[in-house]
Amino acid sequence: MIRSIARIFFAEWRKLRRPTLLLGTLGAVAFFSILVSSVLFLMIDSPQGNGDRGVRITREMLSLSSGATQSFSSIGGLLGIVALCVFAAQTAQEYSLGTLRNLLVRQPGRIRILVGKLASMKVFAIVMTLVSAVISIAVSYALAGGKNVDTALWFNGDGRLEIAKTLLNVYISILGFGIVGMVLGIVLRSPISSISLGVLWLLIIENIVGALKSSTLNWLPGNQLSTIATGGSQSVSYSHALSLSAIYVSVALVIATVLFTKRDVSN
Amino acid sequence: MSNLAISVKDLSKKYGSSLAVSHTNFEVPLGTICGFVGPNGAGKTTTIRMLLGLISPTGGDAQILGEPITSPDKYLASVGAMIEGPAFYPALSGAENLRVLATLGGFAQERVDQLLEQVGLADRGGSKYKTYSLGMKQRLGIAAALLPNPKLLILDEPTNGLDPEGIQEIRQLLRSLADKGTTVFVSSHLLSELELISEYLVMLRKGEVVFAGPIQDLFDQQQPFMIVKTQNEQDLAKIVVIAQSAGHKAHLRDGSAHIEGPAEWAGTLNKLAFDSGILITQLSPQMPNLEETFFELTGNQK
Repeated sequence: MIRSIARIFFAEWRKLRRPTLLLGTLGAVAFFSILVSSVLFLMIDSPQGNGDRGVRITREMLSLSSGATQSFSSIGGLLGIVALCVFAAQTAQEYSLGTLRNLLVRQPGRIRILVGKLASMKVFAIVMTLVSAVISIAVSYALAGGKNVDTALWFNGDGRLEIAKTLLNVYISILGFGIVGMVLGIVLRSPISSISLGVLWLLIIENIVGALKSSTLNWLPGNQLSTIATGGSQSVSYSHALSLSAIYVSVALVIATVLFTKRDVSN
Repeated sequence: MSNLAISVKDLSKKYGSSLAVSHTNFEVPLGTICGFVGPNGAGKTTTIRMLLGLISPTGGDAQILGEPITSPDKYLASVGAMIEGPAFYPALSGAENLRVLATLGGFAQERVDQLLEQVGLADRGGSKYKTYSLGMKQRLGIAAALLPNPKLLILDEPTNGLDPEGIQEIRQLLRSLADKGTTVFVSSHLLSELELISEYLVMLRKGEVVFAGPIQDLFDQQQPFMIVKTQNEQDLAKIVVIAQSAGHKAHLRDGSAHIEGPAEWAGTLNKLAFDSGILITQLSPQMPNLEETFFELTGNQK
């Protein structure tokens, strides 16, 4: 059992590590990391705000021990969308290319395939998280001096703890988005449909619904996952976001597992 | 252990109200090459998918290498398959695609290079799959099917897209695999190719088996016939009438008269035609080939 899951993991990793996918994804991660970190520091004095949804993050806030990871934590939602696209495409393409039948002939344990694939994608999400953390913290550190932000507390004991905590939160958030993408891939069996629906929901529908009725932000799945990355927000607590996300992801995983194991592979 | 590679009993698959495969029964002995034929939509691919555990039957059961198809994990390690053409990741090279499957199945990575060599892709193994021609894709599909060094090889249209030389190579490959004890279950529309290599045959029509058994048994059931051509094409109809008057089935096809009857009757027919003032320019007694038999049994028009 463990051996066959390991084999599925490494087989999936062969697909994930291909240069176009790996470098393309890490390029997008680097772009968002540089963009968000730069906006945070370069627009520090802007009256329009320098954070998510026009929020102002002051020099004093950035000088705290959490200052190093301030930009990194706000990137969580964007990284999540990147993860959703990668996980959805990797899963749905097995149906659209017809390669799922090859996989199932070589490894008929369908749950094992799902677990092995997920494990491989989890490692991919770790790579994404680490690359984003390194870039966003490095850019923040490089820009902090020019904007008179004190970095003395960033890398002391509390600062390192904040970095570790944020790494974990961003990783959980990215993974949650990724699993939603994987589930969409299994349900819709088309990379374009699953990515379109996921991005449409997260970037447009949730924002419109949230803007029309702010109380919905307490239960919209994308907002819960983004909130985990930031460690909680004014409107949604960290524990609420974490527990509600766990419910969403668990239900989605159960549906995907049932579909993946029971559905005929006829394409 | 049973001496059957495939044993299918009353197997059925229903999609909504339509029956794709209906109470199918057939057996394939170990170490043989078995052709699997039928018109498009006859249920061949559906049957193959059920045998490989990709879709669940709605009735009946089957065994592969002595194991029930409800437990594909017990037999798939000894089965190689290519279903409905090759399917690979376009952005990966041919070799890398095979390595994905070798990793998945726990096969030695060295086997990838051996197989690329065996199917004639050694010099293109490093190229991306999306740059392959249809024939190269087909060869890669066959290489993937051979990865487990299978006891049973199931191939769905393996010669699609191959040139005559490629078709001949695949025929030789299948023959050599069978000589080494591999059972080959191959579906193809190239009936002349199947006739050359198959010892067994399963023929489907509208989801039902119309013949299953040794291919020689099928030919033994068929009537010999004669192909007749005349100096004047208008006389062909008269030849048909003469044959029918003598109690033989006859019809016109492809500019000649096809008349059922043993080779010994050819002389009599020639005399009858001569007496009627008809000059026969060709009179060839023949046994029906697989294609003729296929059209007769499946009711398809040539």
